Amino acid sequence: MAVKSAYIARKNKSPDKSDGGKSAVGGNSFTAEEEMHAYREMLKIRRFEEKAGQLYGMGFIGGFCHLYIGQEAVVVGMQMAAEPGDQNITSYRDHGHMLAAGMDPKGVMAELTGRRGGYSKGKGGSMHMFSRDKQFFGGHGIVGAQVPLGAGLAFADKYLKNGRVSLTYFGDGAANQGQVYEAFNMASLWKLPVVFIIENNRYAMGTAAPRSTALAEELGKRGEAFGIPAEQVDGMDVRAVRAAAARAIDYARAGSGPYILEMMTYRYRGHSMSDPAKYRSKEEVQKMREERDPIEQVKARLLREGTANEDELKKIDAEVRAVVTAAADFAQSDPEPDPSELWTDVYVKA
Amino acid sequence: MPQILMPALSPTMEEGKLAKWLKQVGDTVKSGDVIAEIETDKATMEIEAVDEGPLSAILVPAGTEGVKVNTPTPVLGAAPVAGPPPLPAPGPCPARRGPKPPPRAAPAVAAPSAPAETGLPEGTEMVTMTVREALREAMAEEMRRDATVFLMGEEVGQYQGAYKISQGLLDEFGAERIIDTPITEHGFTGIAVGAAFGGLRPIVEFMTFNFAMQAIDQIINSAAKTLYMSGGQMGCPIVFRGANGAAARVAAQHSQDYAAWYGHVPGLKVVMPYTAADAKGLLKSAIRDPNPVVFLENEILYGKSFEVPKLDDWTVPIGKARVARAGHHVTIVSFGIGMTYAMAAAEKLAGEGIEAEVIDLRTIRPMDLDTVLASVKKTNRCVCVEEGYPQFSVTSELAAQIMTHAFDHLDAPVARVAGKDVPMPYAANLEKLALPNVDEVVAAAKGVLYV
Repeated sequence: MAVKSAYIARKNKSPDKSDGGKSAVGGNSFTAEEEMHAYREMLKIRRFEEKAGQLYGMGFIGGFCHLYIGQEAVVVGMQMAAEPGDQNITSYRDHGHMLAAGMDPKGVMAELTGRRGGYSKGKGGSMHMFSRDKQFFGGHGIVGAQVPLGAGLAFADKYLKNGRVSLTYFGDGAANQGQVYEAFNMASLWKLPVVFIIENNRYAMGTAAPRSTALAEELGKRGEAFGIPAEQVDGMDVRAVRAAAARAIDYARAGSGPYILEMMTYRYRGHSMSDPAKYRSKEEVQKMREERDPIEQVKARLLREGTANEDELKKIDAEVRAVVTAAADFAQSDPEPDPSELWTDVYVKA
Repeated sequence: MPQILMPALSPTMEEGKLAKWLKQVGDTVKSGDVIAEIETDKATMEIEAVDEGPLSAILVPAGTEGVKVNTPTPVLGAAPVAGPPPLPAPGPCPARRGPKPPPRAAPAVAAPSAPAETGLPEGTEMVTMTVREALREAMAEEMRRDATVFLMGEEVGQYQGAYKISQGLLDEFGAERIIDTPITEHGFTGIAVGAAFGGLRPIVEFMTFNFAMQAIDQIINSAAKTLYMSGGQMGCPIVFRGANGAAARVAAQHSQDYAAWYGHVPGLKVVMPYTAADAKGLLKSAIRDPNPVVFLENEILYGKSFEVPKLDDWTVPIGKARVARAGHHVTIVSFGIGMTYAMAAAEKLAGEGIEAEVIDLRTIRPMDLDTVLASVKKTNRCVCVEEGYPQFSVTSELAAQIMTHAFDHLDAPVARVAGKDVPMPYAANLEKLALPNVDEVVAAAKGVLYV
């Protein structure tokens, strides 16, 4: 029996010159302002992550540290389509999501170094960070666990009729977890306002997706069995991400139920700082950086279309570096938590 | 002349009401015909004939309450049938995952006297109700006072609850607040925890806590730890409740006590009531608590009746033990269904002139050691009783704490009576051996008294 696919393959090749720099939300092109915003936001994540990597090497950051370098367009494009109050929840590769949600780089970096000024007072670390103010619900260290949790945030949204949408991120590795499909089933059954964003970066730690995953480049299609519409998106092109995000978020906010976006993306670094990434060739990474880099794509468009010149971009670079440097300085000088913090926050006082 | 006996329709059913006869004396009954309807506290079930022939006598009139299992009901005057009188085939199972064996009764025990230290207003009226009704009232009352409280679980709505705890709640609160889930504990528990992060107060009903093992990652890693990991930002006000421990004849995978498992975890509160008054008062407190609470019930206790204060808002504080019976020779500490052994043993010991003080922990975490230690310092001897496995158990924790904090007051090592260190067997005799019993508690008490 033939199955009619609801999967929309969208592999938009940039650059797209036909729009003359104008777009409506949901369109596949950016205004000059949007290009500049996307450039600055992605660059902030890139520089932040590079600095985190450096601090890890210097011993300031302990444990696990999973960098988001290469995937910046996904979270920045998603956030450009979200509204204030929409919730975000993701896995342990979460620094980019926090910055995109508007969290203070100082608080994020200080959490990475385990200091009292960190978002979790130094008690959560890289993988477990939260901000109620910015509607960022973690930062979860168990692969796939955030997926039902994100559906649960959407359950609360629907119950409270607050018009919000839950943006629930997970990777291609988590897409093989059983609880993801339990969440798909209930999200569809109950028409929960949740967008499931699969960040398919092609490697689940050291295992290439085709070695662990049936139909490894069609993960969005797995929603078909639950009646969840899905799109595959060029996750290296922030414009394509924003456009798909707008469609998905509108759909969920309208009460139509969940939506899946499979973001085809790539992480340049290893799974974590301790991963030398020997399971793939240097050439593969290099090719991706040279041909598909999300930040370079925007930069090329800005220069080509005359939206910004080299000096203006250098100025943005310097501003971003200053923000990241200030965060790193704070994260190194801020004191560790007071020993009494060991015993706090185990229970809320009843 | 085959007799048809009152069938057992669930693992713990001891009696039922013969609601209606669908065949009359003189009717010819064919195999498979529905002959009667039987009501239990959980469900109304149709009973089908297995044998054939004219119905020659109805021994139990319609409307009779409290018909014990295996009481003869009608007689078929059919052609002779070889073999013993057959049982009718039970209808569809009210609980999933397994057939319905005959009941295991809790040890007979005198109803405990009203708690002495509850601080009830003078002249408070008491009403008799089952633990099942008490739990239902607690949820209904809390749902009336707080619109963010909702109930989610398998069969809680249309089916009215696998154990009928949620009976009637769908009618009152509607499908937006009484939510039937698919049989996917891991997923719906995660959704409930996420909903708690999102500002709601979920009550998650596990049909039994055995199935919650599918969801234990969400209970521990997500619900219990997130407040700490978020530096105090992300509380998780949620109740995980359902039947815990051994029921009757449901064997290893369906018979396990999780008190020690959850009691191990910082960030969780763990409550395990025995009486209906505590079930109601503690569940209301649990629903109001801003922390995740694991609320461990027991199928065998659901149908037991106790006195409950008739008050508009009866609550019992989490973390306070109850002196269930005063005494001065030996302290017996237990909780949940373990209290049935403790109370029955105290009764037996009293007959021999030994006055045991029985303490019902009620809450496993945080544990009210003050009450336990005060009693042990008075009696100088202690027996701890539970149905759970003995290793790394609630009673081993009690023994360690008593040794640490009351060593100089002890006249004998703390004794423990626990479930045996084996998976629960199915065979009736082995099951009985695997569980604690009253005589073991009596012997342990005499042991620490050296009598």
